[in-house]
Amino acid sequence: MTDARTEILSRIREALGPDGGSVSPADAVPREYRSAGEHVPGSDVVLDLLIDRLEDYKAHVHRTPAADLPGVLARVIAQRSAERQEVGSSDYRSPDIPPTTRDAVRGSVVVPSGIEEGWLSGLDGVDVHVDSRDAPLSAAELDEIDAVVTAARVAVAETGTIVLDGEPDQGRRAISLVPDVHVCVVRADQVVQTVPEAVHLLGAHPDRPLTWISGPSATSDIELDRVEGVHGPRTLHVVLLS
Amino acid sequence: MSTFLGMPAARDGRGPSPEAAPGTLSGVGRPEDPLHWGASFPDAAKAALDNGQLRRNLGNATSTIRTKRARVVGEVPDWEPLRDAGSAVKTDVMARLPELLETLERNVTARGGVVHWARDAAEANRIVASLVREKETDEVVKVKSMATQEIGLNEALAEEGIAAVETDLAELIVQLADDMPSHILVPAIHRNRTEIRDIFLERMADAPPDLTDVPRELAMAARAHLRRKFLSAKVAISGANFAVADTGTLAVVESEGNGRMCLTLPETLITVMGIEKLIPTFDDLEVFLQLLPRSSTGERMNPYTSMWTGVTPGDGPQEFHLVLLDNGRTRVLADEAGRSALHCIRCSACLNVCPVYERVGGHAYGSVYPGPIGAILTPQLTGEKSDLPYASTLCGACYQVCPVKIDIPSILVELRAREVSLAGSSPDTADRVWKAAMKAASFAMADGARFRRAARAPRLLRAISRNGVIRRLPFPGSLWTRSRDLPEPPKQTFHDWWAGREDGR
Repeated sequence: MTDARTEILSRIREALGPDGGSVSPADAVPREYRSAGEHVPGSDVVLDLLIDRLEDYKAHVHRTPAADLPGVLARVIAQRSAERQEVGSSDYRSPDIPPTTRDAVRGSVVVPSGIEEGWLSGLDGVDVHVDSRDAPLSAAELDEIDAVVTAARVAVAETGTIVLDGEPDQGRRAISLVPDVHVCVVRADQVVQTVPEAVHLLGAHPDRPLTWISGPSATSDIELDRVEGVHGPRTLHVVLLS
Repeated sequence: MSTFLGMPAARDGRGPSPEAAPGTLSGVGRPEDPLHWGASFPDAAKAALDNGQLRRNLGNATSTIRTKRARVVGEVPDWEPLRDAGSAVKTDVMARLPELLETLERNVTARGGVVHWARDAAEANRIVASLVREKETDEVVKVKSMATQEIGLNEALAEEGIAAVETDLAELIVQLADDMPSHILVPAIHRNRTEIRDIFLERMADAPPDLTDVPRELAMAARAHLRRKFLSAKVAISGANFAVADTGTLAVVESEGNGRMCLTLPETLITVMGIEKLIPTFDDLEVFLQLLPRSSTGERMNPYTSMWTGVTPGDGPQEFHLVLLDNGRTRVLADEAGRSALHCIRCSACLNVCPVYERVGGHAYGSVYPGPIGAILTPQLTGEKSDLPYASTLCGACYQVCPVKIDIPSILVELRAREVSLAGSSPDTADRVWKAAMKAASFAMADGARFRRAARAPRLLRAISRNGVIRRLPFPGSLWTRSRDLPEPPKQTFHDWWAGREDGR
């Protein structure tokens, strides 16, 4: 009996016939679509478009000079912690507040090991966990942490998308997934207008694990009524440095 | 020979009923063959049309999503060039499939993945079951996947004592209700919020007893239910939206984050993928990541897309298996006229615009692939005689919205022609009737008075019409009425009306 691989490949060759399906070669694919936008990465038009799209997805956008980043992060985490203190319940009806067994006062964050240290300088009293491929936190540990702060590789304005590629400033995929709040810091020069520009950039390292994020997790499975926040982080903050 | 465009006589019904009776929680049950179950399309469609709740649910959902899609497609200035590119890339993939599959296998293997090949559903299920057994677990988490629906993987695993937990919200609803998906993208589109609340309350042990039917609450109940499973699962099973031959990269496009959970947290990931899901290069993603979300959920981009290449040490599953599935695809490929059905990227835009789908729903098609694409893909995959090619008005809306420009109407006509010649539906009879009718028409039309008398004759049929339609005529009129109703003839011919009008002046 032939093995499945051999048989499937020979079925395909037989199906295509002697001239291999007689279709035009790869270079005949018409590529008349835009390979880049008309605006340069990081320009005001592009940034405004990104903000508009992100807000349309119910993401929170903070546009700030780099020097103010630590303050913005501190406020977002503090607000998060306060909300949790206030409700402090595991009631499934408080979707923004995860059930927790910890009594952290100022909240907790996980950060990838390669994050710029200066970013975190405002997080006084916050429990900061550092995660890396060599010293990973368990999923259960991540589930106890309020928020995650990461950098990004690239952002697409037209679609309101940020992409993480798992490098040390963005971390393992699990850390930006399990905590309920994701704070993602994007530099203005990382924002491109179109999808092809981003794919081209990411294509330099296609083997990296990629996560494309467009807003908080969502579902439209019930009567196509969109509900933000299901299994992934239910709150997404994008801090845009300009 | 002319092609018969009407509905053929019903085939014998079999298996579960096409639609659950309205008001009951239980779905249609899990059929033995996910590509061929339930009653014949004409019978199933008739039953579905009598279900008012179903029609309201579907009407609301499809009109919402059509509007959303039209809006986000309209804002893309180069939509048509993107469709052209998408179509051409897929044509190229089919032409070079053996070479591209071997390249994919090489690249996945080089990055620490293991590639398996499965000729049919049974073989794929055996491979997956034995991989899961090796991990000594009796529960796996699953990302929504058409390929695993098609091969009935969950049922096969259940026979081996392995529980496969669907984690997509709609798939969870379908699974809890012992139902079948009725839409490629929104499998529980036939259920409204109240039905879903009732399903959760009755079938989900940890559902809050005071659960309401607010979609947000329902989603949160599902989140709570699945959270522990995600955090502790050892093995996940997924499908794939795209596989890049050149790099060995796989992509899964999703919304809820259940996909990310499955693709990231377990130690072992098993992906089952149809051999047609390939794209040649990483750059080709720039085409499909624009076409798919806008066509499918009507969003500029779906919330999450995950891409992985083999195993990444220290990040995500450390064991990755890719099962490449044929299961009839090479049969489709061998058919030059129908081959482009394999270009489908499972966006479901054709379902949402189809006037037939909107009215009868997905279950009437008796296949996990319903709607226009299902009507061409299902019979081609199974190679069986089917009435699905008739489940269409040939209005062409599906072709207009298809992001990879599959000419579904033309393939439907081609498949109908083949059904007719296969059935050998006594062309002699049709031919004789046709010739006789033409002869009679020629006689009547040759003389004005004769024509007027002939035109008045059908009025007699008013005697047998009920509610404005005639359901059954004797031969040769039965050639028409076996497939469709005949409208009641008017009381007065146009000729008589005109004459009366002149007199009245």
